[in-house]
Amino acid sequence: MTVPDKTGHFGEFGGKYVPETLMTLLSDLEKTFFSLRKDKTFRKEFVEYLKEYAGRPTNLYHAKRLSKQLKTLKVYLKREDLLHTGAHKINNTLGQILVAKRMGKTRIIAETGAGQHGVATATAAALFGLKCVVYMGAEDIKRQALNVFRMQLLGTEVVPVTSGSQTLKDAMNEAIRDWVTNVRDTFYIIGSVAGPHPYPLMVREFQVVIGQEARKQFQQKEKKLPDYLLACVGGGSNAMGLFHSFFNDKKVKMIGVEAAGLGLNTGQHSAPLADGGVGVLHGSKSGLMQTKDGQVRVAHSVAAGLDYPGVGPEHAYYQKIGRAQYVSVTDKEAIKGLKLLSKTEGIIPALETAHAIAYLEKLAKKVKKKSTVIVCLSGRGDKDMEAIKEVI
Amino acid sequence: MNRIDQKFKELKERKKKAFIAFLTAGDPNLKTTGEMVVSFEKAGVDIIELGVPFSDPLADGPTIQAASQRALQKGVTLEKILASVRKIRRKTNIPVALMTYYNPIFHYGEERFMSKARACGVDGLIVPDLPPEEASGFIKAARAQDISTVFFLAPTTSKNRVPKIVKASTGFIYYVSLTGVTGVRQSLPKDFVGDVKAVQNVTDKPVCVGFGVSNARQVKAVGKVADGVIVGSAIIKEIQKNAGKEDLVRNVTRFVRSLTRAL
Ligand SMILES: Cc1ncc(COP(=O)(O)O)c(C=O)c1O
Repeated sequence: MTVPDKTGHFGEFGGKYVPETLMTLLSDLEKTFFSLRKDKTFRKEFVEYLKEYAGRPTNLYHAKRLSKQLKTLKVYLKREDLLHTGAHKINNTLGQILVAKRMGKTRIIAETGAGQHGVATATAAALFGLKCVVYMGAEDIKRQALNVFRMQLLGTEVVPVTSGSQTLKDAMNEAIRDWVTNVRDTFYIIGSVAGPHPYPLMVREFQVVIGQEARKQFQQKEKKLPDYLLACVGGGSNAMGLFHSFFNDKKVKMIGVEAAGLGLNTGQHSAPLADGGVGVLHGSKSGLMQTKDGQVRVAHSVAAGLDYPGVGPEHAYYQKIGRAQYVSVTDKEAIKGLKLLSKTEGIIPALETAHAIAYLEKLAKKVKKKSTVIVCLSGRGDKDMEAIKEVI
Repeated sequence: MNRIDQKFKELKERKKKAFIAFLTAGDPNLKTTGEMVVSFEKAGVDIIELGVPFSDPLADGPTIQAASQRALQKGVTLEKILASVRKIRRKTNIPVALMTYYNPIFHYGEERFMSKARACGVDGLIVPDLPPEEASGFIKAARAQDISTVFFLAPTTSKNRVPKIVKASTGFIYYVSLTGVTGVRQSLPKDFVGDVKAVQNVTDKPVCVGFGVSNARQVKAVGKVADGVIVGSAIIKEIQKNAGKEDLVRNVTRFVRSLTRAL
């Protein structure tokens, strides 16, 4: 069975839970996207931008000193951090902005947590000369001041969101409100494999290049497939981008790393899949952190890009069918992971990515000798320097 | 017969339009909400739309967002709201529809929720983030308890979706007057007139118009076309203006009466 099905469901997850005002637009988007994904000129244009503008393909780098320290694991890093704007997010925004152009939309909106997706959207909007508005929680604006400045420099209006927890989920609420209001001329570039159908599918399609390249590169270097794939999971786009091309390679184990924040048992985390509940938020049914009354809980993570109580529906599906395993790593462990990669390889990862790195140490203790792993190095840490200075 | 259907039947016989008042349950507290329901009925309100506060009200503008936040801070839950509808039922037979986002119902369990809601005297459900496409289980559970399922039509709804929405809707159909979130508007777009008439041509189900309607002039204008008029944010604003005052219920009711008289 391929997912999603025609109605946008991944098993029991996914779907389109949005106000009526958006329903016709979503089916237009669906039609456009389904015709464009088969359209050779569109594909060519997209690939061209990924190559000439974003800097693809990215390297699959054998992290020798890190591997040596971990003893049992041979670690390869998929270097999405080397892309223009410093994270995998640009793959998706370039794809979506091309769709927006084809639909004749003149205004772009986006939500952002860490500001990486905001910057990637602002960049794409500048590249195509479209007006752009990015919603960002007031709390995150404080944590990611550098990225706010970058967006403004790129000509984007950054709107602080002061409702609710003032983080990513509230930014997304506000972006959806804008969308409902300006649906006729506005295209909403969602930053992860979340939201209503066809977004989880569309974002996956624009991110699968990560796994397609990594699979080929790994086979060239090692003449086999890796034992493990490892990626951090906020909404889950870098993880799905890496995982998807290996879905049928049953021997390749996939591990998604959620943010355990202050610890799963404190309730102060961003790990909906570990938490176990299913709910509906921002257009789809998936794993959701919620109270016993069905109110959405406020997430916590040191990494603004993971600080979200929901997760993309395809991950909930992978978890349910047992295709991927989801684990979590605390704020403290993530910081340790960040230092580990910085000191062993001279690569400072984003705080989000540091969660995946941190899990390597735990994984190394469980695996057979000479196991291999590809880690999605989803982004670089420059944006986090202020925030890290405060917690280190 | 379901109280909402009964009400529209009566109104039709009297050649009247329905006035539907929205209240956020628990703002300022559930007791006052209950008092307002009873008092609103005396002021000419036909149906109460009772908003269940939600942490992420993405179809609502600042006024109802703030009311939800206040109610949640007071500890209002879906369970407590059902209990308070049960209390309200001892005093009045006014039809009550809950306006809630989908997650609280989904989390409660659709079937369990419907039977509890019916037992408490809830007559209908309005769920802004649940289109008919995702609602088959919800509709089935509601039908089993004779609870109306009100779905939305929007100015952007394509022609080919209309039959699906009409079919899924019972009680009435909710026409959203504008592309946007809830909130007071100085003026309403004109295109709703043609849209509403087009829907009325294909169904006998009542079509009610809401979003943005906020003064007597607008109520009157909408009432000329629609089978019912829904007012929300303007009432919540009035409650907010009277926050903490002893005569809150009386003052808000006076405002509501000024609107129902326009119909
Ligand atoms: C570098 C980086 N990695 C990961 C994420 C999390 O998003 P996702 O799970 O969609 O990859 C973010 C989000 O801002 C990010 O900036």
